Amino acid sequence: MKTVIVVGNGMVGYKFCEKFVSKVDQDSFKLIVFGEEPRVAYDRVHLSEYFENGDAERLSMAPREWYQENNIELYTNERVTDIHRNSKTITTLSDKTFNYDYLVLATGSSPFVPQINGVDKDGVFVYRTIEDLEDTLAYAEKIKQTVAKPKAAILGGGLLGLEAAKAVMDMGLEPHVIEFAPKLMPRQLDTRSSKVLQVKLESMGINIHLSKATNQILGNGHVIGMEFGEDDLLNVDMLVISAGIRPRDELGKSCGLKMGTRGGIVVDNKMRTSDPSIFAIGEIALYNQMIYGLVAPGYEMAGVAVDQILGNEETLMAAEIDMSTKLKLIGVDVASFGTPFMPAEKGHSIIFENKTESLYKRINVSHDGKKLLGGILVGDAKDYNMLLQMYLNEMPLPKNPENLILGSRGGEDVSFGSAMDLPDTAVVCSCEAVTKGQICCSVKDDGNESVKAISKATKATTGCGGCKPMVVDLVKETLKSLGKVVKESICEHFEYSRQELYDIVKLRKIEDYDSLLDGVGKGHGCEVCKPAVASIFASIYNETANRQATIQDTNDRYLANIQRNGTYSVVPRVAAGEITPKQLLAIGRIAQKYDLYTKITGGQRIDMFGAQLHELPLIWEELIAEGFETGQAYGKSLRTVKSCVGSTWCRYGMDESVTFAIDIENRYKGIRSPHKIKGGVSGCIRECAEARNKDFGFIAVEGGWNVYICGNGGANPQHAQLLVEKVDKVTATKYVDRFLMYYIQTAPPLTRTAAWLDKLEGGIDYVKDVVINDCLGIAEELDMEMQHLVDTYKCEWKEAVENPEIRARYTHFVNAEEADDTIEFVSLREQKMPKAWA
Amino acid sequence: MISILNTYEAVEPEKVSLWFKAAPVEKFPENGGACVKYKDKQIAVFNFTREGTWYACQNLCPHKMEMVLSRGMIGEDQGEPKVACPLHKNSFSLKTGKHLNGDLNSIATYPVKIENDFVYIGFSE
Repeated sequence: MKTVIVVGNGMVGYKFCEKFVSKVDQDSFKLIVFGEEPRVAYDRVHLSEYFENGDAERLSMAPREWYQENNIELYTNERVTDIHRNSKTITTLSDKTFNYDYLVLATGSSPFVPQINGVDKDGVFVYRTIEDLEDTLAYAEKIKQTVAKPKAAILGGGLLGLEAAKAVMDMGLEPHVIEFAPKLMPRQLDTRSSKVLQVKLESMGINIHLSKATNQILGNGHVIGMEFGEDDLLNVDMLVISAGIRPRDELGKSCGLKMGTRGGIVVDNKMRTSDPSIFAIGEIALYNQMIYGLVAPGYEMAGVAVDQILGNEETLMAAEIDMSTKLKLIGVDVASFGTPFMPAEKGHSIIFENKTESLYKRINVSHDGKKLLGGILVGDAKDYNMLLQMYLNEMPLPKNPENLILGSRGGEDVSFGSAMDLPDTAVVCSCEAVTKGQICCSVKDDGNESVKAISKATKATTGCGGCKPMVVDLVKETLKSLGKVVKESICEHFEYSRQELYDIVKLRKIEDYDSLLDGVGKGHGCEVCKPAVASIFASIYNETANRQATIQDTNDRYLANIQRNGTYSVVPRVAAGEITPKQLLAIGRIAQKYDLYTKITGGQRIDMFGAQLHELPLIWEELIAEGFETGQAYGKSLRTVKSCVGSTWCRYGMDESVTFAIDIENRYKGIRSPHKIKGGVSGCIRECAEARNKDFGFIAVEGGWNVYICGNGGANPQHAQLLVEKVDKVTATKYVDRFLMYYIQTAPPLTRTAAWLDKLEGGIDYVKDVVINDCLGIAEELDMEMQHLVDTYKCEWKEAVENPEIRARYTHFVNAEEADDTIEFVSLREQKMPKAWA
Repeated sequence: MISILNTYEAVEPEKVSLWFKAAPVEKFPENGGACVKYKDKQIAVFNFTREGTWYACQNLCPHKMEMVLSRGMIGEDQGEPKVACPLHKNSFSLKTGKHLNGDLNSIATYPVKIENDFVYIGFSE
């Protein structure tokens, strides 16, 4: 049996293990891995997510048990200190010795800390490991106690520096990015795109200082500022250095491997170092005189090393490595591919820039206009995958290449073909090197007919996930080409889409879940189909969540929002955010009585947190007595209709937005839908109610109301689109009635209106045709169905409080009167919060 | 909280030494669950009417250590009866306690019997 030792348990080191165990016969090789960090390998690319959720485990590439299950000996917190090439052994910091037949070095890199006077002061950090982040966070918490508006500088305006700036901002510090070059992300962006990004980041509260060389770091013991030149100072309370990386190549140096003049261990295209038993992969490998700091080439190197060790000598590293990248930086898409900057003698550039929308798109085209050479996208990178494929596969350009970035503007020249037009050799998933051909074969020959099955079989989409939209298209199109209908069944229990189930329930007048499952489904249901069907019953019969409680999601089952410690929050309806002083006092009194944490929500109402299950009916009894109704904050249903103050008070108002918003919120309250719906009404085009990022929005203009639909905030913000202009309130309401009803009947489960519109063939023009021109002849039916829902509304909390049987559900134990004694709260700014998760 | 987790250990039917009389059958919703207190333990009991079977497991979800599983939706995954945690939809087999959509630790399951319209949970202590 031969022994392979991997030094380094980072992303590339892990990938080596993964590929190795998938190919090797476990009796012929033993795999030993050393990691210097206390944790198992984690996803460093998404480090800033650790700040958002504090969940280090979620970042890990695989749990510790995975190594056990695959017979990998894993030593974390164990640094390898020496390599003895003559005896083929290594020793560790704790003086243990291990023999190897093959050694794989994957020690990665460390942050480069420039020799500036004062870098050793307290409050100077680097940005690389979870431990670095935790130290930075602890220091930030400390200075927030003593300094009023603490500032933090980030040295380095590259990719990692900007990620660090986001992290610092999330910690509650004012971020200042310091860059030596005259532009941000100097390696990926040209001057103009960099400026577009800069303007966008500045608008988000990140301060940018360009062309700054730091002379020294000021402070007595700890950082208080930075000095760039005479009289050019910046006061800061913390400094995060992100000025590039240096390979951790000291092991290679000390055992005499051939090194690059500026660091890195020299490897050939088999990833072999100057010692044939030793391989180097990832950020320590100097290949073609270059260090590659990206995940995809690192993974490719891992694959080559695995094959070379197993004797598959034909697997070699590609001669040219594609450095294309796409990432979401602080919510802004940034991508560059091929040759992003190109001198004029090589080709022409087509550039589109729109600073008001923070958009920049550039493609570089060969002189004869036939080939795509590279490009840059800022603000919108949804076409990146196709552009990259066109570049990598040297596909012919359309006649008007500007359509590639501007979209087709009429005429016959379409901008993109479908993903099926790619050659079979096109690499669709670059992290896992999966080609279009492999994906299509896996669908055709192995019967992997869903994205889930494909990603399990080929590993495509499991890296950065950027290729997912393409894989979805490929699976769909391949199935279509086989003559198979692409079934969008909601789960294993119903072979129907939500729309089909909706029609079945309506036509056969089915009234409960069990009859539907017995009639047209199979098995016993699950957490996917139950709430989806519950939503259909609610939309057709307007039944409340109380009747079939156990098919509801937990929030609907108990008519409240479950929070992190299993307690619930309570939100009464405050239509359009209009609330009387008397109602405010009532909410205050009740919240105080039950010791609830209160906060104003984003939807202009008041949320009361920390209620235990048995307290919910008591709280609601009192709220109802004060005239409140349920706010359905827990439901996939209408949440709120946000309003500005409108012409009643505002000197710019064109119409009474509050009155309209109250009417609309009361009209649609209680209506359940495939996902939550939110509305907005603004009294003028200044749009203080943000109606254009709602599922439906009305904006008062000279001569009536403009109606917008299918916008949302959330993870993928999308502006609502214009449905109709300058109509009166009655007409505006009628069109929104029809639009909502049509959406409720046709959308897949848990799909917001924006996502529904994206998938709808014909898009907004088709919705206009259905809603305004009645092209399907269903307008009258939609009107009646909506009116039925409006007319049959009842407050489900009133129902629950008044019905003893429903009310009896609100106890933690069925066999004891007591409350759950495991719930713990801690104090927070004169209120309370759940004790943090361990 | 880890110490709480360790108080729950699966009980095999043949190892039951004590049948705890929990509550009348009608206290448990059809195709749903409710929580039973036994000493310092919280046990989620499910009345899987569609299968005609009863199941019991710890009420504690091992993901974030919250006492919520009894409020989860039950169902079935390729024939395996399961409960989905209401917090993050981790689902666990009601038969074996195994985590079905990830790598969390298994949850402890307990035998249930019905006698004279009363629900009994089996313990081995």
